[in-house]
Amino acid sequence: MNPEQKRTIPPSPSKIKGYITAILFIILIWGSSVKTESSIGEFIVGFPNIMDLLGQMFPPNWGYFNNITDAMLETIRMAVIGTTFGAILSIPVTLFSASNLVQNAWIFYPVRFILNLIRTIPDLLLAAIFVAIFGLGSLPGILSLTVFSIGIIAKLTYEAIESIDQGPLEAMTAVGANKIQLIVFGVIPQVLAYFISYILYTFEINVRAAAVLGLVGAGGIGLFYNKTLGFLEYDKASSIILYTLVVVLFIDFISTKLREKLI
Amino acid sequence: MSETTRIIPKPKKNKIGLWFIYSALLLIYIWAFSGMGLPEIKQTAGQISKAIFSGIFHPDWNYISEPGGEDLLHGLLDTLAIAILGTFISAFLCIPFAFWSAANMSKGRAIPSFGKFALSFIRTFPELVMAIMFIKAVGPGSFAGVLALGLHSIGMLGKLFSEEIENMDSGPTEALIATGANRIQTLWFAIIPQVIPGFLSYTLYRFEINVRSATILGVIGAGGIGTPLIFALTSRDWNRVGIILIGIIVMVTMIDLISGYLRKKFI
Amino acid sequence: MIEFIDVSKTYPNGFQGLKKINLKIEKGEFVVIVGLSGAGKSTLLRSINKLNEITDGEILIDGISITDATGADLRRIRRDIGMIFQNFNLVKRSTVLRNVLSGRVGYHSTWRTIFGLFPKEDENLAFDALERVNILDKAYTRADQLSGGQQQRVSIARALAQEAKIILADEPVASLDPLTTKQVMDDLQRINQELGITTIVNLHHVELAKEYATRIIGMRAGEVVFDGPAAKADDETFAEIYGQGIKESGLLGESVS
Repeated sequence: MNPEQKRTIPPSPSKIKGYITAILFIILIWGSSVKTESSIGEFIVGFPNIMDLLGQMFPPNWGYFNNITDAMLETIRMAVIGTTFGAILSIPVTLFSASNLVQNAWIFYPVRFILNLIRTIPDLLLAAIFVAIFGLGSLPGILSLTVFSIGIIAKLTYEAIESIDQGPLEAMTAVGANKIQLIVFGVIPQVLAYFISYILYTFEINVRAAAVLGLVGAGGIGLFYNKTLGFLEYDKASSIILYTLVVVLFIDFISTKLREKLI
Repeated sequence: MSETTRIIPKPKKNKIGLWFIYSALLLIYIWAFSGMGLPEIKQTAGQISKAIFSGIFHPDWNYISEPGGEDLLHGLLDTLAIAILGTFISAFLCIPFAFWSAANMSKGRAIPSFGKFALSFIRTFPELVMAIMFIKAVGPGSFAGVLALGLHSIGMLGKLFSEEIENMDSGPTEALIATGANRIQTLWFAIIPQVIPGFLSYTLYRFEINVRSATILGVIGAGGIGTPLIFALTSRDWNRVGIILIGIIVMVTMIDLISGYLRKKFI
Repeated sequence: MIEFIDVSKTYPNGFQGLKKINLKIEKGEFVVIVGLSGAGKSTLLRSINKLNEITDGEILIDGISITDATGADLRRIRRDIGMIFQNFNLVKRSTVLRNVLSGRVGYHSTWRTIFGLFPKEDENLAFDALERVNILDKAYTRADQLSGGQQQRVSIARALAQEAKIILADEPVASLDPLTTKQVMDDLQRINQELGITTIVNLHHVELAKEYATRIIGMRAGEVVFDGPAAKADDETFAEIYGQGIKESGLLGESVS
């Protein structure tokens, strides 16, 4: 176009890759909305119902707080016990999955594989299975939280162990320490703070999880969602939600403060 | 022979503080365990566990694909579609929340603090309860699940996005202001290009979580593989439970692998 | 022409960054501001395009007060002032071309820039600018794949694409090695001479100041303590600007690398 232009402008890179990505993405979203029968129209039609529902939830039934305090305490207990068992059981799992402690790939890879399997199953699904085995109550809830906690704590901790400073370990090996001495004097001091911090973090997650486990019959305050929502008592349901919010935020606050002090 | 005993004073740790923590922990555990009582284990527990294990090892292969369409593949596909759409919706809806709660996007602290509280509130509102409420609004099915995931994920994604905005380099913003760009142009040319990779990566991370969440939405009737799983559990069809569990594990693992690969490419 | 009339800057904590500055900078000058860190060089430079607000006095750009300007008026004045930063301040993940084009956004409506609909002339301006700093071949490379010196040249190109009448450079070579420092300073000098763009550079390096400046302004504790042609600035002058420690510190000698 411009005759006096003598310089060589580099050719602009092809945009085909971008277009293909965009088209694939649109197909993915469109396909998903067809599959799930989602439509904005239906949402707009249903929207007054949502407003209506929110209207019924407000104001919350303050008196209902007394009825659910026991269940709330049970929820916290479940989280405490589940996290504790999970933390204890995750210790051996951790030690066997850290590649700098167990040099044998035949051990740490299978252990990690099982760990990954555990982490693919959501806590509520575990709870549903445990309810089928043990019946209704908080026991299946605790068990599912335990298994779930192992998945998180063991993974975070073995990654922490793998990133520790190797210097002290070499120094210990040089003075002739055996494996257990190595772990007690070389590894534990370096990762203990992280381990405790991960336990607290998992506890925060578990409190939230425990609050809904009751929906599948695994104990705690979640049972009351079924009761209240089943009877269309939305003001009570919103009391449960608010109560859970307050407890969760309070526990998060304390736990975060403790974690900040640890690390 | 030296008879002098050398006394090196131990550095005084805050012993009172430690003892306080230990006794607090002890009290918590006494309270927690005493409240639970001894669990009653059903007689059939062992039998059922065995049955479930045998179900996992002898899964109902025929269920993978059945002519009626009510099979494993359809259930998993439905679950995946719920997770994709829910994540997509929340990734869009959380952007205003993220800018609202990013401390470096507004003067003063009141506005971002309030935004952070709003996100915290959404995060704590359980997605299953949201799903129950959406079922009341749009009827049972996958759409209610999509809406529940879409709304619930805003809480976490909004928080992660706002942290990404807070960690960005303010230099390009300053450079754009210096060229005479207005606020929207600064946003588009200096801020968005910096935060997009982080946003995409967090969205994929949330997608991994949402795939897991979508598998259980069916428990309360919000679509996905959870519905047939609950049916199989209640009708004690352990072989079917087995194949569904295997299906979930395989799907989640594959999604994690793909998403992890993509996330590495973005950062 | 840039005029400072009784300009003062007091920070909220009471620290006086600038004290009653009066200056006139003519079109086409190559001014280097020297002084210790904290002497107020940066504050002075950044007050010219109002990145830092002053608390007293007035700054006029070609007779128009930027101190009073706000909104669209302020953006129009800023459009004519290019700025180069110590840390380049490029969008690292965007291409070089997009970074240079971002200098043009002040000329167009918001929606037009958002859809990337820059006119052909703008692209030509960007390519011209890149050619002038010898990195035209990198136009479609991502900015984070360039070396520090190349990135700084991209930011010079951004100022050129802006068709700036004034270029402000805040410690433009502080993060660069000696060789690229020379290239970047040469670029600035060439642009100043060929296009007549008023150039104001902050430096803490005396040798560079003497080599490139047509005029040197020395600052100390928020005040102008020297203002004159580069030729008139001798060791005594710098001793005054930097305090007595300068002779031992080696800042004056060739030993500085």
